[in-house]
Amino acid sequence: MNGRASRREFLLTAAAGLGLASLITVKPAHATPASMQEAIGKIVGAARVNAGRVKLDLPPLSENGHAVPLGVSVESPMTAADHVQAIHVFTEKNPQPDVATFHLGPRAGRASVATRIRLADTQTVVAIAQLSDGSFWSAKADVVVTLAACLEDA
Amino acid sequence: MANALINVPKTAKRGEIVEIKTLVSHPMETGYRRTQDGAPIPRDIIRTFVCTYNGVEVFRADLHPAIAANPFIVFTTVATESGTLEFHWSGDKGFSVKESATITVP
Repeated sequence: MNGRASRREFLLTAAAGLGLASLITVKPAHATPASMQEAIGKIVGAARVNAGRVKLDLPPLSENGHAVPLGVSVESPMTAADHVQAIHVFTEKNPQPDVATFHLGPRAGRASVATRIRLADTQTVVAIAQLSDGSFWSAKADVVVTLAACLEDA
Repeated sequence: MANALINVPKTAKRGEIVEIKTLVSHPMETGYRRTQDGAPIPRDIIRTFVCTYNGVEVFRADLHPAIAANPFIVFTTVATESGTLEFHWSGDKGFSVKESATITVP
């Protein structure tokens, strides 16, 4: 009886110990959602970021993180009075959160850009459009990456 | 060494929105990789890309290491008049490549 109880106690403490160990995590060497928020904060300042108006085209599953096709388009008439000034792209888990900033104007005719990006991990990508009236709009997309960029040696 | 490919329609109607595709050969070394000896490989990327239409800037992009090697950038512009589109990529280690294309707007 006594032996059984101590065994149970031992199992309980062992389980608690494991729980504690899993709480202690190593600080990752890449951008975290917090650093992405910080990078977004530098662009946006105190303004509010609304969801919508932006369409972010990314494949839901990417086999090769070295070149992931990315497309961003924003609903906007693109006139001198009302146009998209810039499109910013951020990632959550790359070594640094910034990906690219595209500066547009009324002469773009349409707020639509495309490129290829690197993704170091399965993560969320955020696109933020800065409009001429000072408002910000955003869209996000989750991408599952099977072969990560940035990790291999040369 | 550095090659650039550009796709601009030769002719366009006045006021038409044309799509421009650009590709430039560049390794876009991130600065996060190491050699097999463990020595860090310094960053070597294209930092900015600018497109001007008859001397007026119509598109600009600030790039970071997260852009894939051989940057491929697609954007649009309104065909306002016949003229020259100039493209300029510049970056680390004094990288600078210029290319141009002509467009006819009848």
